[in-house]
Amino acid sequence: MTRTGVLPRIGLAIYLLALMLPIYWLVNMSLRSNEDIMSGLSLWPHHPSLGRYFFIFNDSTWVHAFGVSLTYVAINTVISVTVALPAAYAFNRYRFVGDKHLFFWLLTNLMAPASVYAMPFFNLYYAIGLFDTVWAVALAHCLFNIPVAVWILEGFVSGVPREIDETAAIDGYSFPRFFIRIFLPLIANGIGVTAFFCFMFSWVEQLLATTLTATNALPFAAVMTRSYSAAGMDWSLLAAAGVLTMIPGAVVIWFVRHHIAKGFALGRV
Amino acid sequence: MDKPLNNRAWLLVAPVLLFVLFSALLPMMTVVNYSVQDQMGENHFFWNGDAWFRDLLNPATEVGARFAGALVRNLAFSVTALLIEVPLGIAVALCLPRKGWTVGATLVVIALPMLIPWNVVGTIWQIFARQDIGLFGAALTGLGLHYNDTQDPVSAWCTIVIIDVWHWTPLVVLLSYAGLRAIPDAFYQAARIDGAGRWAVFINIELPKLHKVLVIAILLRFMQTFMIYTEPFVVTGGGPGNATTFLSIDLVKIALGQVDLGNAASMSLIYNLITITLSWIFFTIMTQLDRRREE
Amino acid sequence: MARITLDGIAHSYNPGSTSEADFALKRLDHVWEQGRAYALLGPSGCGKTTLLNIISGLVVPSSGRLLFDDRDVTHLPTEQRNIAQVFQFPVVYDTMTVAQNLAFPLKNRGVARGAIDARVAEIAAMLGLTPELHRRARSLTADAKQKISLGRGLVRSDVAAVLFDEPLTVIDPALKWELRSKLKAIHRALDLLMVYVTHDQVEALTFADEVVVMKDGRVLQIATPAELFEQPEHTFVGYFIGSPGMNLVEAQVDGHLARVADQTIELGRRYAAPAPGSSVRLGFRPDYASLVPAGGIPVRVRRIEDLGRRRLARVALGENDIFATIPHGVSIEREEAGLLIEQDRLFVYVDEQRVAGQAR
Repeated sequence: MTRTGVLPRIGLAIYLLALMLPIYWLVNMSLRSNEDIMSGLSLWPHHPSLGRYFFIFNDSTWVHAFGVSLTYVAINTVISVTVALPAAYAFNRYRFVGDKHLFFWLLTNLMAPASVYAMPFFNLYYAIGLFDTVWAVALAHCLFNIPVAVWILEGFVSGVPREIDETAAIDGYSFPRFFIRIFLPLIANGIGVTAFFCFMFSWVEQLLATTLTATNALPFAAVMTRSYSAAGMDWSLLAAAGVLTMIPGAVVIWFVRHHIAKGFALGRV
Repeated sequence: MDKPLNNRAWLLVAPVLLFVLFSALLPMMTVVNYSVQDQMGENHFFWNGDAWFRDLLNPATEVGARFAGALVRNLAFSVTALLIEVPLGIAVALCLPRKGWTVGATLVVIALPMLIPWNVVGTIWQIFARQDIGLFGAALTGLGLHYNDTQDPVSAWCTIVIIDVWHWTPLVVLLSYAGLRAIPDAFYQAARIDGAGRWAVFINIELPKLHKVLVIAILLRFMQTFMIYTEPFVVTGGGPGNATTFLSIDLVKIALGQVDLGNAASMSLIYNLITITLSWIFFTIMTQLDRRREE
Repeated sequence: MARITLDGIAHSYNPGSTSEADFALKRLDHVWEQGRAYALLGPSGCGKTTLLNIISGLVVPSSGRLLFDDRDVTHLPTEQRNIAQVFQFPVVYDTMTVAQNLAFPLKNRGVARGAIDARVAEIAAMLGLTPELHRRARSLTADAKQKISLGRGLVRSDVAAVLFDEPLTVIDPALKWELRSKLKAIHRALDLLMVYVTHDQVEALTFADEVVVMKDGRVLQIATPAELFEQPEHTFVGYFIGSPGMNLVEAQVDGHLARVADQTIELGRRYAAPAPGSSVRLGFRPDYASLVPAGGIPVRVRRIEDLGRRRLARVALGENDIFATIPHGVSIEREEAGLLIEQDRLFVYVDEQRVAGQAR
């Protein structure tokens, strides 16, 4: 263990400060009125008010949009983790025709810029009637979240010794029963971490989410963009909404804080 | 690894394949379709061969010049961002505490920027960088710098780089931290006994052990910076002029702004191909280097 | 080159605690001499690693002083203590060749180039690493990597001590024997003070000039391997060293007579009556108790194990299960037999500690 000296601590403190400053500024803005904001720079709110937050809570468009965002993120996370689990197991435990190519092809989907898919996705979901529903966004986000989930889970699967599979087979477990009863509990941590990453990537992605929705299923962050172009610059409202978008992520990350770093580090390259 | 050969494993992979094919193949076919056709009026398409591609890859044409410009800007941006983020991320990871209650809290704080929707990241910086009401812009102006992220190309460019550093250095930090944590204490103790200085410990122990996570970090960061869209879109809108018009921004401008589907589609394909190729080249070089060092 | 003095060293991981049970290492005074090899031997959790960490500087003892020669190093960090250490698992610098690995501790201390090369060549030859000298360390097997770790520990000739923390754990069993004898030979050649932590008695007894036997944070005996075998000071030492360990039977001792399970056994010395309520046991090694068809103390034979070189009998003396040796040429046919114990190898333990008694 290297002893942490004074210099690293100061360095870390400066970094954390720089990291927090823009976020602090957003919170600062959200607690001030527009007149106050425009009247000049102030390092802290002189007359803090939660008014803009209450406004958002009482406005059905905002509340609905928040629900929409959480819904498609949740659907996507469930789908991604569920289908990725058996695949991660297969990639780790077996050789099969085309396995390496398939794995690489999956990863290339991470390299597809969302902007490339925005237009064809619009056409596709419009054609099958899912446009402007949470399902469109949830399915579209599978494009990058399923490969991510397979990638991370494969790392965790490799941490489970193969002997366990063999013992279970000898004990007469059928594959589905073994997989659900024995295997899944063993990689519970990994499932948690993977779910976190899926949640995160789906929550922060906005280009596809905005392209595939119009009014019914407009995500929260998109309502922000639209509201300020329509109503001029309501900085205070924008800031309050921005602060609210950080909350789900902060809550989720708290649960996996001890494992977040592991997620990617385990994945094979 | 001697894994058993079992083609029934395809059954386990099938759901993944279905979902990803649905999301990847159909849209991709649409793109390919557009890229070889031209449009005459409403819904009337005809075969256009490789004309779009020839235009795109020829810098003498208007669209070719645009594409080449965006490509160069994007590459410059990716390289700049990586050169800052990777060393900074490693340095921060080295400073992180290893034990105690501060670890969890510090990690959560560090990861926070990654959990903010990308357009909100843009909004945060749009406000933060303003000279009148933003701390960052006001501070720089106060220091006597000619900072203006919407008027001055250099300011705009620097702002986008700083945003990316702010937004994504945490990923490098988390990965490096995970790599550092995997080094057994005995290595540090042995180094102290061997009389190694801090720098020697970093070069001979920490950096080699970070090799694997750094490959992942650089790969991910390269892909993400190469595909950057939302932050410049919100903060600078690709301007001023086209100082921050990266590939994605340009693509969306052509596809949705000008509804020039043929150009947009061919550009999409080339763009995607470049991303995959560069990632693959980088990955191959890194693994080859690794293999050579084994010998 | 130095002498290590442990002056009232004790350690508790609960700072400020005075309760005896909290001490991972109980008070210890001892002097380790230059040029000798010591082994710290005991089961896991006995405090041997704590003691090693105190010497290496990873742990600062709760009380007492640690002296290298006459220099107080109790509070000095590892790097200022001038020691070398070999860990349980291989520690090698992946980016360097084997030769660079071995040279690293010398290079960091500004030793002249020529001197480094000579020393590296010498150590590599001793460990059989010469053919691998210019290969990358990371491409080698775990065995070879541990040899590099050993080499880095031995390469400096000016160290106060070389510490080994169970260094043969990862070594292939077939190679263990070879490396152990190599270490022993290197110790003779290099004239270094070596401290070797292990839970394997064979390793400790073959390597060390003196063995420190520990249990529950307490040093039970510090003695040469022969002394540990012939005169264990504590029942645990008797039981832990030797295979099988010492026989221990409950007894009442009065003067030069002991009563065990209705039998009277004559002792070689006279003993004062122990304090009431204390536990009294007789201890004798199976090697010094022989089984004969008739005569001696009557016992019942349970099982005979033929180990080839000798025959060992498991017999019952009253309620006690003990081991005895069957001498060459003797055959035991019936269940009843007699036990002969060499009188001067029969010890009395009161509350686990050997009592000396007086000559008769």
